[in-house]
Amino acid sequence: MNNLIKGEKHDWEMVIGLEIHAQVKSNSKLFSSSSTKFGSSPNSQVSLVDAAMPGMLPVINKYCVEQAIKTGVGLNAKINNYSVFDRKNYFYADLPQGYQISQYKYPIVGEGKVTIDFKDGTSKDIRIVRLHLEQDAGKSLHDQNPSKTYVDLNRSGVALMEIVSEPDIRTPDEAGMYISKIRSILMYLDTCDGNMQEGSLRADVNISVRKPGDEYGTRCEIKNLNSIKFIKQAINYEAKRQIEILESGGTIEQNTMLFNTSTGKTRPMRNKEEAHDYRYFPDPDLLPLEISKEEIGKIKSSIPELPDELKNKFIETYELSNYDASVLTAEKQTSDYFNETINSDPELKNHAKIVVNWITSELFSLLNKNNQDLNNSPVSPENLGQLIKLISTNEISGKIAKDVLEDMFSSGKTARQIVDEKGLQQVTDQGEIAKVIDEVIAENTKMVEQYLAGKDKLLGFFVGQAMKLTKGKANPKMLNDILKQKLNKKN
Amino acid sequence: MSKSSLKQTLKDLDTKKISIRELNQDYLKRIKENENLNVFIHFSEDNVLKQIDNLENDNSAKKLKGIPIAIKDLFCTKSMPTTAASKILENFNPTYESFVTQKLLDEGSIFVGKTNLDEFAMGSATNTSFFGNTINPLSKENKPLAPGGSSGGSAAAVAADLCLGATGTDTGGSIRQPASFCGVVGIKPTYGLCSRWGIAAFASSLDQAGIFSHNVEDASILLQSIVGFDQRDSTSAKVDIPNYFENLDDDLNGKTVGIPKEYSIDGTPMEISQIWEDAIKVLEKKGVKIKNISLPHTKYALPTYYIIAPAEASSNLARYDGVKYGFRSEEIDSLDEMYENTRAQGFGREVKRRILIGTYVLSAGYYDAYYLKAQKVRKLIADDFNKAFKECDFIVTPTAPSAAFPLNEKQNDPIKMYLNDVFTVPASLAGLPGISIPFGKDKNNLPLGIQILGKHFDEQQVFNAAVSLERSYE
Repeated sequence: MNNLIKGEKHDWEMVIGLEIHAQVKSNSKLFSSSSTKFGSSPNSQVSLVDAAMPGMLPVINKYCVEQAIKTGVGLNAKINNYSVFDRKNYFYADLPQGYQISQYKYPIVGEGKVTIDFKDGTSKDIRIVRLHLEQDAGKSLHDQNPSKTYVDLNRSGVALMEIVSEPDIRTPDEAGMYISKIRSILMYLDTCDGNMQEGSLRADVNISVRKPGDEYGTRCEIKNLNSIKFIKQAINYEAKRQIEILESGGTIEQNTMLFNTSTGKTRPMRNKEEAHDYRYFPDPDLLPLEISKEEIGKIKSSIPELPDELKNKFIETYELSNYDASVLTAEKQTSDYFNETINSDPELKNHAKIVVNWITSELFSLLNKNNQDLNNSPVSPENLGQLIKLISTNEISGKIAKDVLEDMFSSGKTARQIVDEKGLQQVTDQGEIAKVIDEVIAENTKMVEQYLAGKDKLLGFFVGQAMKLTKGKANPKMLNDILKQKLNKKN
Repeated sequence: MSKSSLKQTLKDLDTKKISIRELNQDYLKRIKENENLNVFIHFSEDNVLKQIDNLENDNSAKKLKGIPIAIKDLFCTKSMPTTAASKILENFNPTYESFVTQKLLDEGSIFVGKTNLDEFAMGSATNTSFFGNTINPLSKENKPLAPGGSSGGSAAAVAADLCLGATGTDTGGSIRQPASFCGVVGIKPTYGLCSRWGIAAFASSLDQAGIFSHNVEDASILLQSIVGFDQRDSTSAKVDIPNYFENLDDDLNGKTVGIPKEYSIDGTPMEISQIWEDAIKVLEKKGVKIKNISLPHTKYALPTYYIIAPAEASSNLARYDGVKYGFRSEEIDSLDEMYENTRAQGFGREVKRRILIGTYVLSAGYYDAYYLKAQKVRKLIADDFNKAFKECDFIVTPTAPSAAFPLNEKQNDPIKMYLNDVFTVPASLAGLPGISIPFGKDKNNLPLGIQILGKHFDEQQVFNAAVSLERSYE
């Protein structure tokens, strides 16, 4: 696979690493008991600790620690028995303590890896450097008043997991696949709701470019991207920007960048000289986190089947391709739906590939068109199973089935009901089909002559005419066979 | 002036020899007579009278019912403002009650007021307060003396008999040194014994609440009422706590006292060395084995402390930024200016000095040389004590290198001021309990203090040694 981008002078390779900030799924904050509910009225979920009142002290939320450990296990990572909370000191209006409690030298989770799967059946490991727990900041609202900034501290103190990758990513697509995979794992584990729109999952992207084989170039960091689309756009823009500078003889300054979603451009936020000195030091209000092997073992044993395990199971059990299986397992709701569908009738196990296609192409496109989610699909897995059974037993054709599915989607009826009501059963009676074909041949004598003279393409025309007469219900294979037979006899 | 003790007062209240109202009227009168000492940042007679009214209507039995207590103005209190002696919190009214003060309220004590301190507890003379100096009640006419610090207001309140006890906090000696200067008893318990919840933080790994009182018995009663595990403070300790007062035992026969040679420092006044020797002699007479011990890293304690404490302070005080509560400068054109002007105008010189030191020692390129090294030395200092305590039951040293000095004497020399903590800081770094009791006087008839240090959570031994020395001195 060629991952290089063409410059004016030669080819360039992107080197990309991601820092993903995933909000821990937890009812209360990392160091206080305030609610984490999204979208509540400003400053309604702020405890004395969150507002950094004098004399207030943080107390670790054990559930958040368990969630981080779970996530570490899901990322095939080393869980550290000993980790330390540090203070990252800087001033900002929505940072009430004047420091963020984070983990610096001793994170709770160490090295791990995740696998991304490509369409061509290949896959690639992206290494994880670490995962650590930290507090989120509040929000500064600059658009409420022309001369004032308001601060909403509802998010202040909410637990985040920062997942840092090695710079193993080489293309915007890989970056997208990587974050999708992380999101998928977190959602399977139920440790993050994965909602990128609400900011539950966002990423900082580190990117540099180099001539293939060279050392890493100077990198820039693009802050706070909250959609896969923006991540790809930002990477593309930033890579081009860097290449243009380098090709015109310039050098890259190590900057922190912001991405403007409406212009699609990055711009510098601060450079290396302006970079903060965060003065990290261990938070004296908190004891180091010590987690026993037993505790880790207990959490490990509580972990559900993860996408990669499930993927391998699907490949083995149903002989699916790596790619099909990875699409199916990317989201838990999809694999759940697939499982329910295929288990709704013992027959379907032999038609797994068809089941996958009907879910990932037909049903997904209907859901997309109607702006709906698989979780509340109007077509239940059982009903889809029934439809596929009708196809696999030749009761209806695949083409008719598409119409039936649309009908099911809008009416909520079962496939059986619709097929019976509308009389859509496939015509499999040889005599009946032969009769129709005779009619078509009789009505199109000129065409038949042309066909026999060698214009093979006309076969499709005859099929179409015959289908029209049967209202699409003729079994396509039988129709084809009989038609060929009859035409050949004329020869 | 003969001061009644807490123990005696509790008896008198119990036998109805005196009423809660009479008792507190007496203290109110003295508080008003001594306004010139500037002991209180906040005092409201109405507030005290209201508390008396409430207690008179309260029939439940409480251990400190009606006892007038002064509260260092670093403890957040619902019924009174809390300033930390800083302009930046000048008008701050907490909506919450600190763990320690809540316990005292639960026992039925009456808060007579909030006492003066060095701004954010940074100082050794109660002269960095935004609300002015506190004057040591033992001062002679026209020669005002410093009460020590940072808990100088609380120490002075007890010394002037404006209350039967007071709370303090001790980070590097802020209870023991003013107790010594004012001739009262002051105990800093083991780090973790009293919850820090609701105490404006100076240096989190060192801050510890404690008690001032007229005598050791009173201290044992008062300390009992403020200790205990608190899940809201992750550094709070879950330990069994004996009844200090009931277990007080002045028989030290067979015990071993450690005398650290490193506490003999050149330039220490003769009188200080003298009372130290006197104390050792008294103990010897009581059958205590004298053991010369070595705490070899003592000389590094002060520099270590003055790296760690400011480092933590620089971060702890970042929350005072003018955004959420407290003082905000009027002169602001940008967010950065708001921070700069609010903190420039809201903090005093000493606080700013320590924030700068703390910021420096934590900054990139200096962290390893200062903060990290200081943490390592801190460990060595703690190890010194651990070793020493294998050979002795408690340690006796002077509390401070001098008696109370004239107000403003060391105002412009921070290093000299920092030297006040030389005997108190090592135990703070090791998290050990320490008490200062009055023991002898200098040539100007000013009190001097003896410090007794104990093993972690062995406050009982500290009290026992203290009460024994105290009784022999009386």
